[in-house]
Amino acid sequence: MTTTLAAGPTGASAPPRSAPPTRRRARRRELTAQWLFLVPAIAYVLVFFGYPIVKNLVMGFQDYSVRTFVTGEAPWVGLANYAEVVSSGIFQTTVVNTVLFTLGSIAGQFVIGLLFALFFKRRFPLSNVLRSLLLLPWLLPMIAGSAVWRWILDQDGGILNQTLQGVGIIDDPVRWLTSPDIALVAVILVNVWVGIPFNMTLLYSGLQNIPDELYEAGALDGATGWKAFRHITWPSLRPVVNVVLVLGVIYTLKVLDIILGLTGGGPANATQTLATDSYRRSFQEFSFGTGAAVSNVLIVISLVFAVVYLRANRRAEDE
Amino acid sequence: MRRTHTAVGAASAAAAVVLSLSACADQGRADADTLVVTDTMSATSAPIYEEIYDACAAEVGMQVRANHVAGSGLIATVLQQASSRTLPDVLMLDNPDVQQIASSGALSPLGDYGITGDGFPQGVIDAGTYDGALYGIAPVVNSIGLFYDAEALTEAGLEPPQTWEQLRAAAAELTTEDRYGIAFSATNSFEGTWQLLPFLWSNGATEGDLDSPEAVQALELVDALVADGSASASVVNWSQNDVNDQFLAGNAAMMVNGPWNMPSLEAAEGLEYDSVPLPVPAPGDTLVAPLGGEAFTVPDTGDPDKMARAGEFVDCVVGGENQLTMATGRGAVPADSAVAAEAARTNPTVATFVDTVQTARARTALLGPDWPRAATQIYTAEQLALTDTESPAEALERVAGQD
Repeated sequence: MTTTLAAGPTGASAPPRSAPPTRRRARRRELTAQWLFLVPAIAYVLVFFGYPIVKNLVMGFQDYSVRTFVTGEAPWVGLANYAEVVSSGIFQTTVVNTVLFTLGSIAGQFVIGLLFALFFKRRFPLSNVLRSLLLLPWLLPMIAGSAVWRWILDQDGGILNQTLQGVGIIDDPVRWLTSPDIALVAVILVNVWVGIPFNMTLLYSGLQNIPDELYEAGALDGATGWKAFRHITWPSLRPVVNVVLVLGVIYTLKVLDIILGLTGGGPANATQTLATDSYRRSFQEFSFGTGAAVSNVLIVISLVFAVVYLRANRRAEDE
Repeated sequence: MRRTHTAVGAASAAAAVVLSLSACADQGRADADTLVVTDTMSATSAPIYEEIYDACAAEVGMQVRANHVAGSGLIATVLQQASSRTLPDVLMLDNPDVQQIASSGALSPLGDYGITGDGFPQGVIDAGTYDGALYGIAPVVNSIGLFYDAEALTEAGLEPPQTWEQLRAAAAELTTEDRYGIAFSATNSFEGTWQLLPFLWSNGATEGDLDSPEAVQALELVDALVADGSASASVVNWSQNDVNDQFLAGNAAMMVNGPWNMPSLEAAEGLEYDSVPLPVPAPGDTLVAPLGGEAFTVPDTGDPDKMARAGEFVDCVVGGENQLTMATGRGAVPADSAVAAEAARTNPTVATFVDTVQTARARTALLGPDWPRAATQIYTAEQLALTDTESPAEALERVAGQD
């Protein structure tokens, strides 16, 4: 890359060895300049992405405790942290919860986001205003959002139960956040609410890029309504859909604040995911080694999806 | 040529920005005659403490600068400072964290500065002691008790409950259409553990033997309060703040909570509250509640002169008169037994807690740095039982089997 850039207007064809000293110095200067431009970016990536990830991977194999911060000693324990994590009673629960939480959230966010995107594609009075209002959950700080949802979902005085009871849908209050069978559903519902704007926005802009001519031509051939969606909208939207789904999975896997704010992983670990378990181990029990081991599992899962994303992206560019 | 020149200039300017950013980190250090104190005081309590800091700093011939950190973020801050060798001269720690941090070697023994903890209750000494040496000393302490709406009890013709049996009966009696008899915190965190401890300990159970019959009985009592409908099933998601809010809103006639809520209870209009020590299993049993409160420590900063001054400073801050000031300002109990007795005389509501802290036990007294693990087991068992996932006996057996 540097050689092609370094080729000056006159020195391009001349072999470097025969270049006069002044030109060679100019060339070195140019090279230095190029590197100086690269260094900040490289340093940024190494310091803020490379180091934390490598450090986390290494921590997973160490007995990394409070003591480590003072003495700097972190004895190597091999796979002991992973053995402890996998054999703990909570591991299976957290994996199942993480999968359910991610699948449930993505399904809900995507379907509702797509419906909204399709809805707003037809322009109508105030559609722009309404569309911006739908972005609100995205703008709210998550902790504030989850505090309000805790009130809404409160078993005794919460507005949701009051309303459902008022219109006669339910007789007894639903224990949204306090029943181990329902809490995960409630947390997923809130996370769907958070994720709708992201899905809607990306899918909406994807829809905008589908040329109207396609629909006009399709209409002549009798493709309207559902047929138009199946044969025109969906295939044209596929690249965007891939990106939305893969990014959604990665964002959802690591969700921490919503769960901590709503249930703290309870009741009885019903909403404990890999992310919250890693947090609990590291920052409540100060067992940073096992906490890192859990988050490494999470990193590997995210990485798989990141690779899927990159491949989907490349395919999208090729098309 | 000229273009290259400007490019080099731009790139080095960018590098200069990065360098100057890293240079900022050094400004946190203080000069030789200033003691840096890190505490977890809220905006309302900070002025009370700062006044004491100033007086004590003057006494040892130093200046003082206090940093107030949110309690939830303190350990993260301390660990970061420990690894970058920028620990403050005086550090406040929540008492169950003292042994954990002391075990890392970050703190210096207070005995070096002549602080022995004479006159302080055993619980305070235990909480601050690691490996036989005293590392932290708490000037004011707290615990939990039973707060009640005096009017509601009078209406029902009830006396404040003193035994478990009376507690269960009173909670059921006080429960009405739109009010629960009692509120407490059984949340999925150490707060839930802290609130279950008085029931476990007063019945003779310990965190080292969680599937003992005594522990099962304690959990069965708390479980029964929810099963009876005397407490909301939401207790598994209530922090102690939520519990206080429920009590203030009139949604519960009694609550398990600590004296730090008194300022907000006093401010509530039309609420006549009072408090008693938590009920014990049978008449005449001794209440063993967990000891709360923040301890002052002197980190090992590698500057013996300054550490000696910091030790003198701590000795002054935890002195009797200052204890009284802090306790009054924050709704806490002076740690020193004699000063506490004086506080009880002037403020009857504090009296409940003065008695309680005399017999209160430090959470880390038995297991030391292994306490967090046991604490997780305790709240996990309580959550399993209160959500009807498992019976109290099964739940305790399950968590006791995990390491």
